[in-house]
Amino acid sequence: MRERLEEAKKWAARQPYRLWWVQLRAVVRLEAKRNVLAWRSLWIYFLGFIPVVIIGLHTIVDPAKASGMGEDTMVLAGIFQLYYIRLGIFFGCLGIFSRLIRGEMVERSLHYYLLAPVRREILLLGKFIAGCITALMIFESAVFLSFTLIYAHYGAAGQAFVMDGPGLGQLEAYMGITALACLGYGSIFMLLSMLFKNPTPAAMIFMGWEFINPILPSLLQKISIASYLRHLMPVSMPMHGVLALLTVVTEPVRPWAATMGVLVLTAVVVGISCYRMRKLEIRYTTE
Amino acid sequence: MNDRIIFDDVSKFYGEVLGVNRVSLSLPPGITSLVGPNGSGKTTLMNLLTGLVQPTRGSISVLGMTTMDATEFFRAVGYCTQFDSFPKGVTGWDFVFDGLTLHGIGYEEATQLTKESLERVNLGEAAMRKVAGYSKGMRQKIRLAQAIAHRPRVLVLDEPLNGLDPMARAESLALFEELGRQGMHVLISSHILEEVDRISDRIVLMTGGYVVAEGNIHEVRQEVHEKPMQVLVRCDKPEMLASKMFAMNHCVEAKLHKDGGGVFVRTRDLDEFYRLLNEIAAEGEVKIDVVAPADDDANAIYQYLIGSDGGLS
Ligand SMILES: Nc1ncnc2c1ncn2[C@@H]1O[C@H](COP(=O)(O)OP(=O)(O)OP(=O)(O)O)[C@@H](O)[C@H]1O
Ligand SMILES: [Mg+2]
Repeated sequence: MRERLEEAKKWAARQPYRLWWVQLRAVVRLEAKRNVLAWRSLWIYFLGFIPVVIIGLHTIVDPAKASGMGEDTMVLAGIFQLYYIRLGIFFGCLGIFSRLIRGEMVERSLHYYLLAPVRREILLLGKFIAGCITALMIFESAVFLSFTLIYAHYGAAGQAFVMDGPGLGQLEAYMGITALACLGYGSIFMLLSMLFKNPTPAAMIFMGWEFINPILPSLLQKISIASYLRHLMPVSMPMHGVLALLTVVTEPVRPWAATMGVLVLTAVVVGISCYRMRKLEIRYTTE
Repeated sequence: MNDRIIFDDVSKFYGEVLGVNRVSLSLPPGITSLVGPNGSGKTTLMNLLTGLVQPTRGSISVLGMTTMDATEFFRAVGYCTQFDSFPKGVTGWDFVFDGLTLHGIGYEEATQLTKESLERVNLGEAAMRKVAGYSKGMRQKIRLAQAIAHRPRVLVLDEPLNGLDPMARAESLALFEELGRQGMHVLISSHILEEVDRISDRIVLMTGGYVVAEGNIHEVRQEVHEKPMQVLVRCDKPEMLASKMFAMNHCVEAKLHKDGGGVFVRTRDLDEFYRLLNEIAAEGEVKIDVVAPADDDANAIYQYLIGSDGGLS
């Protein structure tokens, strides 16, 4: 046992970490260059910024502050929980992360990466990080803008709510949840796209799984992104009908535990993806 | 230091479909040409060599390395595949340069190597344009440039002459020859033997997933020459034909067809066989309807060989 440990230590000491770091950055840079500002990413920007546009229009056509700030806080909570987490980030990540590997298989350009002197784990990690950067850039700014627009509407009162009231804490929570959602969904869609030619049906099943998750046994609840995120929401909303499923009260989970839950789940899924990546074969004709 | 490319009893099945079967090769440096008809397993063999697909059985090593250690392996190996596709939106220059940045080398060195390899393939000004607007030959060239940019010791080229005009073809062949002379391994695949036989140090003849002959051009001709080939002759008196054929010493076997309307002849010398068949036909005793190769693979190979020097001699 001790010998094994010694061997592992020696192996670890021999690895070219500097090279890996340089290569990782090169992969991320390449991926970012090719995908972030590409036309085919346009629909994802669209997905991210629809609520921003709607909120923006609302402030323009309805400057009379017909609704109160308390109500708008609820509206924002609704947009975030029902739109961003369940739809916007979900499908945005599906688009961004399933093109990382599968997209390059469809375009028949993945082999250029596999023929480079880079470990496949580094390639995969670099691609994943690039995907995260794209997703975070889009959705963090969209969520931030939605939040800002809603409260900017109320002038000084809005400013007081954000600066002196609970506003800033809520913004932080939204931004944090958005980041976790991008990581969690991203890793899962990356793996699904490596397992299936067309990951969309699997993603729909996953969506269903996420939806019914709150009423499943607590062990199964651990394998879900949204069920962790629920415990982090800064504003709870009363929901009715089927939507009540989204807010079923289960055993409370502490914020740090929920955060760790998403991170661990992401790490596990990325780990499995690395393993798949090592076994990956280039067979464009039949894929 | 091991300087060979070694295939040790390698087989690859795509599900039920045979890619290559029981290939054992040990290739020294120089130019090796893989020659065979469509679907004979050339690309499969090259993909196996570079780890794009994994062998179902057997093992492969290149200069003592395997693809398990990707970093070391792909510094030494360059592969220009048969896939005529590129990352979206790249220019020729970016395509070569981006690949080099993955090696972990600096900007200056990468720029230098990119320039050098683009000069080698004679792409000129076009390098600054988007690859999407290239002609087939230009795409072939830029892919070649990408494969040689990091100065590999082993260069694998899948049908590198496809789509090139005669000028470019001659230039490419000269480049391969030069690289081979420098002691590199250059592995080239082609459908057409005469296209590559002049520059090849070694030929590996493939058909149906098998290596059927290996060696220099003369050895390969000899080897195929000695392989008996089967021909089906449809005629009105198969028994008589069979007995006439049996009298010849190049005829290994003559077997009647089940329906009694033809005979399978297995021969070591097709030229001699056809000459004799013509004689028999001219005598008029046996009326010959159809002569067809019953052994497609072997015949395809035979076609390559007679295509290249006008006959087995
Ligand atoms: N991805 C794949 N899935 C299933 N079968 C495949 C796949 N790739 C190749 N094959 C089969 O393996 C055999 C060898 O194919 P391969 O592409 O290696 O031939 P080739 O000699 O390169 O042919 P060509 O001259 O047309 O390029 C063929 O029968 C082919 O159908
Ligand atoms: Mg091929």
